Parts: sequence; C-alpha cells; structure tokens
Amino acid sequence: MPRVKIPRKSTAIDMTAMCDVAFLLLTFFILTATSRQPEPLEVSTPSSTIITKVPDADIALLTIGQGKVFFEVAGTKIRKRTLQLMGEKYGIKFTPQEEERFSVISSFGVPMGNLKQFINMDGEQRKKSGIQSGIPTDSVDNQLYNWIYQSRVAVKEIDNTDMRISIKGDAKEEYPAVRKIVDILQKQKMNKFSLITSAEGSPKE
Amino acid sequence: MAELNTGGGGGGKGGKVRSKKQSTRVDLTAMVDLAFLLITFFMLTTTLSKPQAMDVAKPDKDEKNDTKLELRASTAMTILLGKNDKIAWYMGEAGKSEPNIVGFGDIRQALLDNKKKVTDMYGNDPKRQLTVVIKPTEGANYKNFVDIMDELAIAKIKTAPAIDDDPKNLLEGEKDFMKKAGIL
Repeated sequence: MPRVKIPRKSTAIDMTAMCDVAFLLLTFFILTATSRQPEPLEVSTPSSTIITKVPDADIALLTIGQGKVFFEVAGTKIRKRTLQLMGEKYGIKFTPQEEERFSVISSFGVPMGNLKQFINMDGEQRKKSGIQSGIPTDSVDNQLYNWIYQSRVAVKEIDNTDMRISIKGDAKEEYPAVRKIVDILQKQKMNKFSLITSAEGSPKE
Repeated sequence: MAELNTGGGGGGKGGKVRSKKQSTRVDLTAMVDLAFLLITFFMLTTTLSKPQAMDVAKPDKDEKNDTKLELRASTAMTILLGKNDKIAWYMGEAGKSEPNIVGFGDIRQALLDNKKKVTDMYGNDPKRQLTVVIKPTEGANYKNFVDIMDELAIAKIKTAPAIDDDPKNLLEGEKDFMKKAGIL
C-alpha cells in the first residue's frame, strides 16, 4: 500500500496584499482626520451625562471664558460669505486674499475695527499680540449680534438650512456672563442651542 | 541597486565570483502590525473627538406677548442656584413652604423624592407631573447650570424645566432666605 503523503505547507502567508490594504486605510484615516486647531481661548467645559453629538456643518460655536466671547462658524464657504456680509454692514472692504485667510481661521475674538489687521497677522502674532479681546457685546455696538445674524444669513444662502448654535462655556464662568450671550440669541428668536460638555460616565442606578 | 562587489581578487575558488541569490521577500508581518495599530488609533480619534453637547431650549422671549403660564403649586419645584455651589429648593409657593439648602450631591435625591411625591398624589397623569423651575442667580457659575440640567436628566424628569434667569423675576421671599443662608 502506498503511503499517502501529506504535503507540508509553509506557514508563511503572503502579506503584501494585506499590507497594501492596511496602508490604504491608514492614509484615508490620516487625511480625513482634522487636526485639532489650537484654541485662542482655553476653556474647560463642565461635564455631563447627557450625550448628543454635535453636527459638523451649519453650526456656530460661541466660546465664553474670562468674560470674553469668541465666535466661530463652521465651513470655509460660510465663513467667507459671513465676512462679506459683515464687511458690507460695517463698511469695511476685504480683499479676496483676506477672505481666503479668514476662511481658515477657526475661533476668533476681535472687534470689527481690528479685524483687518488681525487677518493679516500670522498664527504666532495673533496669539502674542493680545489683540483678541473678545467680540464686543454691549448694547451700543453689539457686534456679536451681527456676527450671529450674518452667519445665519450665510448658512441659509449657501446650505438652505437653519444654523445651529452651540455654546462652549468655561465651568468657572459666572452665570450672568452666559445669560448675556443667551439674551443676544433670544433677541434673534433663537431659543434652542446646545451646550458643549465633556462626557461623564452615567451614574449607577 | 548600487552594489559594489569587492570580493574579486585571486583568492576565490575557480576564479568565478558568484553572488548569492537572495530572496526578494521581506517579512511584512511587523509592518502590517504597525499599520493596523495606526489605523485603529486614527479611527478611534476621529470618531471620539467629536464634542458632546446638551440641548437646551429656553422659553420664547417676546416683549409684546408677555403671557405667562400659571404653574400648579403642588407640582412646582423651584430650584435656586446660589453661590459656593449651593442650591436652595422649595416646593410650591415661595414663603409658604420651607426652603432647603443643599449641595449638588443631595439634589438628586430631592428631585427623586419630589417626583415620587407628585406621582403618588396624582398618579401617572401626564398633565400633572413634577415641573421644575430653575433660577440661576448672580452668584451661580456656568458649571452649576450644566450640572442641574444634568441632574434633571438623570432623575428622568420628562417635563421641560422652566429656566428663569432674569434677576427681576427673583421673588423677595426667595432673596430673603438665600441671603439668610449666605448664598446670594
């Protein structure tokens, strides 16, 4: 009887294809990951157990801390349009280059008068110069009101949806400062907004 | 590839130098391991770094139309946020019932107790549930406000809380006992 010989197979597999796929995915994730921009105003958000994810688009973010307010609207197109509208409102002309530069600035807090100068600075200078004194919110010259209003107009024009507002407040911030901002929103009949919080484990029942 | 063969000379056997045939295969296992590790890292950071938020709705503020809804005293619980992370709460009308001064650790129990009391009194009537009025005062900070909204969610109070942050709406009776407790 002839013996049946089981051929010995090598345990090494060809990893080339696997390696290809892995690196393809890796490249994809690296490119889609948006790098975290340094925030001009450091705030520590309070934690909560309620967790709803914030949408990425059509949203404005108000950062409140140390008595200052910073403003940010998502999307480069919307930022550009908002700047144009604000320029019209305050009679400041922005060049296309300035609009381009502005569209990549995330959160900012400068009065309209200093905005042109602010746009033309580079990142380091912006941080150092201390020009970011927050957006004026007093009733005589309520620039924050206009920023929010014009960005809503821009969102409506470009994406034809309603803009959402989220508020990122510092945990230590006194409530009246937050109330002042909420009042500005309510003047525009914006009664719903999200408060950015950091996640916290849900409590044991 | 640039390779220099310097083994020539005369010492070789037979004079012919034969370069060794090397396999072109590289062990890719380690590389694949690394790639997958990085993939996992980037996947998790992109999905987890999205900010969390809490939705808040405030009552419409209209100067012309200043209608106010009456609250049933037996189901209304007013929570006053004072300074130093203290809370004063009372059921019903101000001045008529004894206010309690508690910290943030005890408010959950108070909320649950009151919720139970109201359910015991009225059964599961959806119109007669515990209604919470939140009044953050000047001394409160933002964290207190977020915390109390969180506590309401934890206590599963379904009715939307009335957030009344206008200092003008703070009643005299409320001011009195908050001052007495030293939290205004």
